[in-house]
Amino acid sequence: MAADYVEWLRHEGRIVIVGASLAGLRAAETLRAEGFAGELTLIGDEPYEPYDRPPLSKSVLLGMASPHHTELPHRWEIDAKWRLGVAATGLDLTAKRVRLADGDEVEYDRLLIATGVRARPWLKPEEARLDGVCLLRTREDAADLCRRLKAGPRRVFVIGAGFAGSEVASACREMGLPVTVAERAGAPLVGALGGVVGAVAADLQTENGVDLRTHVTVTALEGDSAGRVRAVHLSDESVVEADVVVVSLGSLRNTEWLEGSGLGAGPRGIACDAGCRAFDFRGIVTDDVFVAGDVARSPHALFGYQFLSLEHWGNAVAQAETAAHNMICRGADRRPHLWMPAFWSSMFGVNIKSVGVPPMGEQLMVTQGSLAERRFAAVYGYQGRIVAAVTFDNTRWLEFYQRQIERGAPFPVEFPTMDRRPENRQPIPAGFPDPSLPTHGPMVTLSGYSPADQQLVFHPARH
Amino acid sequence: MRLVVDLNKCQGYAQCAFLAPDVFAMHGEESLIYNPRAEEEQRERLARAVAACPVQAITADGLDRAGEVREAPDGR
Repeated sequence: MAADYVEWLRHEGRIVIVGASLAGLRAAETLRAEGFAGELTLIGDEPYEPYDRPPLSKSVLLGMASPHHTELPHRWEIDAKWRLGVAATGLDLTAKRVRLADGDEVEYDRLLIATGVRARPWLKPEEARLDGVCLLRTREDAADLCRRLKAGPRRVFVIGAGFAGSEVASACREMGLPVTVAERAGAPLVGALGGVVGAVAADLQTENGVDLRTHVTVTALEGDSAGRVRAVHLSDESVVEADVVVVSLGSLRNTEWLEGSGLGAGPRGIACDAGCRAFDFRGIVTDDVFVAGDVARSPHALFGYQFLSLEHWGNAVAQAETAAHNMICRGADRRPHLWMPAFWSSMFGVNIKSVGVPPMGEQLMVTQGSLAERRFAAVYGYQGRIVAAVTFDNTRWLEFYQRQIERGAPFPVEFPTMDRRPENRQPIPAGFPDPSLPTHGPMVTLSGYSPADQQLVFHPARH
Repeated sequence: MRLVVDLNKCQGYAQCAFLAPDVFAMHGEESLIYNPRAEEEQRERLARAVAACPVQAITADGLDRAGEVREAPDGR
């Protein structure tokens, strides 16, 4: 019976994908590429075809691309019904229906949720409404910010020195604009890469002329009589005049529309199994609802089966492909989502890349190059094994470290490396902030129990 | 033409920046920036860049990974 159902689904079933961005598009393409011939509907709250976001804070701000033209190429004809510009507002698991903001309802046989995240807005709404207070997540945000930067503001103020905020600061300096960056932690990128690497990022900023303020929070945004932002007040009682303020405080997961649906969805995302099937609120796996991309939270065998939420481009692609595959095949043919976390960033002309889960690391060893030269590879260790690596302008070595993480290689590292410096023979504390303190959050969220198994053998999925 | 580069794969070999300098540029020593919407007259250069990428990180509308022009599936 189950086999017949899958056969029927593949030919005549209705698949609905909520979220028409990178994950939604790649899932749709995979469904068609793997022979799904039924009805496919993509629902997206933005009125645009799926577009790519990473260029918005890089080549778009650097003037090399238009914010309106980062649409993703299509790898496969997807022959879908598009419902763009209308958000999903509710889900009825029993009737298998998605409710839309315009009152319409769309029925499905299988559903994929890929609603992603949105930028966390400034916490005081009346200040957030001031003219000149910007976010950077959508193409409209990017177009607005580009326009304001081109107008030559006297000073740009960036709240939050995560990757997005640091990339904005980098672009501002490239345009010759004065920029101040405020960060609650002791350095930029601390949530994602820890204090040791964060200190390198701090030097990079200050040497490139960024006015970097750490260990401070923004207490108020001050507007003028015309409703334009004119100054930023900080917790150290200093005041910085600025006419563009970029709020870069991480993101919020788009799960509110699932409230009351019975799905295991909340501020930390939608929990799912390794096969991308969503859990309901009782912790029982559903069979017709799948999740992929930034909004998903799934257990990873390599990291002690902790549930990982990864706001990574590559994760959206890989998880969408796995979810789509699993949606239209029989149980035994399903694949686990075992993607190795990986991300990149680029700021002040330096290429930063990482594999694994750095925030899990307690200690760090610089295995190649040197922090002072800003060209290095470093590995993160947790309970005697390597769990992550980061490179600054050393990307070609990263794959080697990825293999070490997959092998569960011991930490401190035992292998010899090229360009090992004598001062880097011993591990040092990686310098992640106390997780109980509030921050704007790293791009990787860990939850669940801690891993203790050091004997794990990991074979990555080949797909 | 639309294109996207998988920057997890990209290792900064800069072949694309040599072959299609109006579309791809190096920013620093190994960061790549690019215009995700290339002009139609860049098609041939873009095809060469797609084919020459040592890690096959570039996906473009109407071009397969070998750099051959194939029929655009939906007329783009």
